[in-house]
Amino acid sequence: MAMLKTTGLTKMFGDFKALDGVDLEVEAGEVFGFIGPNGSGKSTTLRVLLGILQATEGKAEIFGLDAWKDAVEIHKRVAYVPGDVNLWPNLTGGEVIDLFIKLRGGKPDGKREELIRRFDLDPRKKCRAYSKGNRQKVALVAALCMDADLYILDEPTSGLDPLMERVFQDYIMEVKAKGKSVLLSSHILSEVEKICDKVAIIQQGKIIETGTLKELRHLTGTIVQVETKVPIAGLRELKGVSGVTDEDGAVSFQADTEELDAIMRHISAFGITRMDSSPPTLEELFIRHYEKVDHPGGGG
Amino acid sequence: MDKGLVQGTSALMRFIVQRDRLRLPLWLLSFIAMTCIIAFAFTGLYQNDAERQAMAETMRNPAMTAMVGPGYGLDNYTIGAMLSHEMLLMTAVVVGLMNILLLSRHTRADEEDGRLEMIRSLPVGRLSNLLSVLLVLFGVNVLLSVLTALSLMALNIRSIDAEGSFVYGFALGSAGMAFAAIAAVFAQLSQSSRGTVGLSITALLLAYIIRAIGDLSDGTLSLFSPLGWILRTEAYVTNYWWPIFLTAGAALALALLALYLNSARDLGSGFLPVRAGRAHASKGLENPFGLAFRLQRTGLIAWAAGLLLIGASYGSVLGDMESFFEDIDLMQQLIVQQSGFSITEQFIPVLMSVMAILGTIPVLMAVLKVKGEETNGRLEHILSKAVSKNRLLGSYVLLAVLASFVILGLAGLGLGGVGISVIEEDLQLAMFMKAALAYLPAAWVMVGVAVLLLGWAPRFTGLMWLYIAFSFIAIYFGELFQFPDWVQKLTPYGYVAQVPVEAVDWGILSALAAAAAVLLIIGFMGFNKRDISQS
Repeated sequence: MAMLKTTGLTKMFGDFKALDGVDLEVEAGEVFGFIGPNGSGKSTTLRVLLGILQATEGKAEIFGLDAWKDAVEIHKRVAYVPGDVNLWPNLTGGEVIDLFIKLRGGKPDGKREELIRRFDLDPRKKCRAYSKGNRQKVALVAALCMDADLYILDEPTSGLDPLMERVFQDYIMEVKAKGKSVLLSSHILSEVEKICDKVAIIQQGKIIETGTLKELRHLTGTIVQVETKVPIAGLRELKGVSGVTDEDGAVSFQADTEELDAIMRHISAFGITRMDSSPPTLEELFIRHYEKVDHPGGGG
Repeated sequence: MDKGLVQGTSALMRFIVQRDRLRLPLWLLSFIAMTCIIAFAFTGLYQNDAERQAMAETMRNPAMTAMVGPGYGLDNYTIGAMLSHEMLLMTAVVVGLMNILLLSRHTRADEEDGRLEMIRSLPVGRLSNLLSVLLVLFGVNVLLSVLTALSLMALNIRSIDAEGSFVYGFALGSAGMAFAAIAAVFAQLSQSSRGTVGLSITALLLAYIIRAIGDLSDGTLSLFSPLGWILRTEAYVTNYWWPIFLTAGAALALALLALYLNSARDLGSGFLPVRAGRAHASKGLENPFGLAFRLQRTGLIAWAAGLLLIGASYGSVLGDMESFFEDIDLMQQLIVQQSGFSITEQFIPVLMSVMAILGTIPVLMAVLKVKGEETNGRLEHILSKAVSKNRLLGSYVLLAVLASFVILGLAGLGLGGVGISVIEEDLQLAMFMKAALAYLPAAWVMVGVAVLLLGWAPRFTGLMWLYIAFSFIAIYFGELFQFPDWVQKLTPYGYVAQVPVEAVDWGILSALAAAAAVLLIIGFMGFNKRDISQS
């Protein structure tokens, strides 16, 4: 059963179309990465899912319930970390965590102290004294110590140091192992690559790519680095080759999966001395996608 | 002093003036305009010696001494003497407040938000920021003194002469310097701008209270308060300059202390220890209502205490009403002459309406807090939990309604409690309470309008403050300027019965309460339908 599903989700702010027919589906036990540049509609999508914004058109459902109408019912089983964590300057972090636990109707379990310790948070400080990273920790501790079925996290690690990022990833793995779902919007692509099962890429309010990382890579092809005895002639003109760079005879390019065979045949004629191939990193995928949109037909 | 410590001071001074290019002129203009308007109004209100002497008699009351300071020139109560006696202290308190707020804004607040760190990374001395702020504020106070003096002289009132005007102006200015310097010291001691402002305002209130106690006894204690000093100038009567030099000298000494403390500490640190807060939320803070209350607790308590005090100070002059009104023609227009009721009784509803409108301000703040929370992106935290919009908004409305009971109740209690002890007539506390609580449904209508705006036009919630201001003008000045009746009916306060002159009209009160309920329901509907946004 889909824990979270949107169909044709559209959100208008006046004349501006912030979301344009967004389709997402997150299954139980799935960690779903949601990536896109600033202002592409990530946070708007999450806020529609939380019933804070009302969809102009389309459907947004969580646990099969309507995100707007049944918000309160849904929120009993959802934990959320907003992208920009603003807290009350005159309350302490500990007070905010307790308040959030209570408002969600849950009982504080032993995990609160463990999380505070692992995230190295001082709960007795007033929120005004916290840095951005510490405010995020407060929201994360409050979210992760809940026994929720769905975790909606909006760039939860953007203010954390690499050590804390690791702690966060450990907890996400733990949550996933319990069969819970996570919808994670992020800028940190290495993180998405490490912990997400599926990814959706959003651009100007439209989902332009969605699937498992493997599927996305297949779509994009392989990064090939090759050195040859003789310079490769006619490489750029080959079908399915893109992004060619040449540094002192070390040529690197991206090869479409369907054309891989033909490309390899062509190259081998120039005497391969060294060859390396790797699936593209998410970052390369990401940049390639946006370059495509910026320069239609260019493709690198 | 080592030149390196104060490098860049003049550039920073220009920067401060540039940042406050609107704020500073507005503050100065309000002080000067207020002082001149009041001086001018006195000439209209008290047109001859007899009327002024009647006022002087009222001023011999100990409650007045506690409020505005010891009387001077009461035997020959000229307009000048009246102005400095009745206005100097109150104006000085507000001038002090201005200095505290401006100083904290440019020192601790900038430091706390990390802006000072950027300045300090430039070739700028360690003391430059504090020194430049102090120099600018001292300059502002001198400017205030001179402009106030010149404007008062320009009014061309006989008893407001040149020397008195300069003494009056510099009494204000030196008090301002003193509180700028006090705030500068607290900005070094405390680690937050909130702490700086809090401690400085506490010092300001203490200075006021010490002076009040001193003035009521033999006056010795007043010499421990800068506010006590400046009252000893007796502007327009004896024109002493020594208190001004004393106050300015003390300001200079405190400024040097602040600079020393500043040089002896690290950026971002303070001398007072930071207390650790609670690691766990108390039982009271575990639901939306608890949060709404907790966020506004301090403000609401301050307003409640303030209304109680205002009520009490109005109450303290109720005993002098009869004699006072008989002497002054203009005042009689303020109240409707009605046979069978004493002037005191007729004045009670006028006072009550003013306090009711004033008391509605914190009530509105309590409910409009929702808007601030929304703008700051904090409603999201609450609404993403198992909390409905009704429960959220309802918590703030409930808080506002409870606040209306407490605040109006305290205003009535203050007026009645003190009033009964000073008037000769036989009036009951219950009557005062009835007069106060009769305004509750009107306050709820205001809450209803605020919720209506929150639900349907959140961008326009600021209009509530205009509506409150309009209500005040319509009700308070309505009689004086003989506005047509319908003007008063544009505000809910215009429907409330004038207890004790009129009987409480339960029908109208129920109608107001019903109107409030309808407004609330429509407002809630809108709030449920609309997006929650961060603007």
